[in-house]
Amino acid sequence: MFRNQYDTDVTTWSPAGRLFQVEYAMEAVKQGSAAIGLRSKTHIVLGCVNKANSELSSHQKKIFKVDDHIGVAIAGLTADGRVLSRYMRNECINYSFTYESPLPVGRLVVQLADKAQVCTQRSWKRPYGVGLLVAGLDESGAHLYYNCPSGNYFEYQAFAIGSRSQAAKTYLERKFENFTDASRDDLVKDAIMAIRETLQGETLKSSVCTIAVVGVGEPFHILDQATVQQMIDAFEIVGEQEAPDAAAGQEASAEPEPEPEQGAAAGEGVAPMDI
Amino acid sequence: MNFMASKQPENFLLGPESDSQRTLYPYVTGTSVVALKYKDGILMAADMGGSYGSTLRYKNVERMKPIGKHSLLGASGEISDFQEILRYLDDLILYDNMWDDGNSLGPKEVHNYLTRLMYNRRNKFNPLWNSLVLGGVKKGEKYLGTVSMIGVNFEDNHVATGFGNHLARPILRQEWHENLSFEDGVKLLEKCMRVLLYRDRSAINKLQIAKITEEGVTISQPYSLKTYWEFSAFANPAQGAVGTW
Repeated sequence: MFRNQYDTDVTTWSPAGRLFQVEYAMEAVKQGSAAIGLRSKTHIVLGCVNKANSELSSHQKKIFKVDDHIGVAIAGLTADGRVLSRYMRNECINYSFTYESPLPVGRLVVQLADKAQVCTQRSWKRPYGVGLLVAGLDESGAHLYYNCPSGNYFEYQAFAIGSRSQAAKTYLERKFENFTDASRDDLVKDAIMAIRETLQGETLKSSVCTIAVVGVGEPFHILDQATVQQMIDAFEIVGEQEAPDAAAGQEASAEPEPEPEQGAAAGEGVAPMDI
Repeated sequence: MNFMASKQPENFLLGPESDSQRTLYPYVTGTSVVALKYKDGILMAADMGGSYGSTLRYKNVERMKPIGKHSLLGASGEISDFQEILRYLDDLILYDNMWDDGNSLGPKEVHNYLTRLMYNRRNKFNPLWNSLVLGGVKKGEKYLGTVSMIGVNFEDNHVATGFGNHLARPILRQEWHENLSFEDGVKLLEKCMRVLLYRDRSAINKLQIAKITEEGVTISQPYSLKTYWEFSAFANPAQGAVGTW
C-alpha cells in the first residue's frame, strides 16, 4: 500500500470506498508474530510464536485467559491486545455475576466486534491494531473466532494470523478436515506442527512457542514448557518419516472454504474488511 | 440525629420528601405460592386472589407466568410489582431471543437475574414487594428456587412463600420424595393448598396448578378444592371458651 490523500483520517472514505486507516491497522496485525488456532467438536487449541525484543528480555505475553471457558491469542499491538483482554474479562465476570452462568463466546465476540467498529467511526479515535483469535465454549460446543481491527469477526475451523502465517494456513488447509473429530492430543500436535511451519527452518523448541487448550470439561489453561517439549520430541522422530508423504500431499490438496484470504492483494482489489 | 435542620440527607430516599418515591407498604397483594420438583419437572400452585388489605378485592389474578422457553415464575406480595418484574423479564427474554444464536437463558440464569434485581432494589430502600418462586427445566436439569423482597435466594426440592412456608413446607418435608409422579405431585400440592385455604385468611378457593417440563409450560384452568366444614370444632367454636367470637 502507498500513501495517498485519503489515508490521514479514519473517518475519510477513499473514492474507491475504502477506509485506509482501518486497512493500515490490519497491516499492524500482519507485522506481529504468528498466532494460530484450531478446533474440534469439543476442544480448541491456541498457539503462538514467542517474540522477544532482545536476547536479554522475556517474551511478550500473547495468550490470555479470559474466563474458564474462553481464551484469546493476539497478534499486532500487544498493548491494544491487553486492553481488549481486560474488557473481555470484565464482560465475562459481569455476566457470570448476574446470571451465574458462563458468557457464551459467540456473544462476547459480537460485543468485541462492536467495540472495534466504534473506533472506525470516530474522528478522535484510532482502530485497535490487534487481531484476536478467540477460543471458547457455549451451548453449541467449541468455537474459534477471529476478530479484526475493522470490527468484522469470522468463525473458523482453523486459522493463523501474524507474520509468516501463510505457511501455517497452508498446513492447516491440508489437515483441517480431520480436526472436527480429532482427539485433544492430536489437536495439540497439529497446533505445534502449524507453528513449526511459521518458523521456516528455525529449530522448534518449547521456549519459542506457547500453547493453550480449552475444551468441554477442561478449563482454559496454558500448557507448561515441559509438556510442550515432550510433545515436540515425540513427533520430531515421526516428523522425519512424514516428510516424503507431506510432499505428495501438497500437490493433491483441494481448495477449502472456511478460510477467506485476509487482505492478500495489496493496493488493488477488494478491501480486506469487505470479505 | 440531625442537629442541623437545613442539612439535606445524603440519600434523597431517606429524607422527608422521599416517601412518595419509594415503596413503603404493599397495597394489592397475593398470598402463598407453593412449588415442588417431580419426575418430569416442576409443579407450582397459587390461588387467584388479590387482596386489598383485608378485602378480597380481585378474584381472577394470575400469579404464575411462563418466562421464555424454560422457566415459570410465581409471585406473592404486591401485584403491581409482580407486573413490573414481568416487564423486566420480558425485555430480558426479548434481548436473549434477538441474539438468535442457539443460546438461551435457562431457569438458573433467570433466577440469578431476579436475585440481583431484588437485592439492588432493597439496597436503595425501594424494594419490589414480592416473594418469587422460579422453576424450570433445561436440558433435562430441573431447577427450583426462590427470591425474597430483600434478596435472600436459595434452591430446594420444594419451596413456598408467605404462609406456605409455615403451613405447606412441613407437609412437604414429610411427604416429598424424588421422582414423584404427576398425579402424586398434584395430590401433594392440593393437600398443601387445602390447609392454606382453611387457615390463611387471604386465601381463596380458586386456584391454578402449573407444570413445567422439557416440553414447555401448562397452566391449568382455575378450579376449586373440596372442603369440609362440619368438623365438630368448627360447628361450635365457642364451646371451649364461652364469650369468644
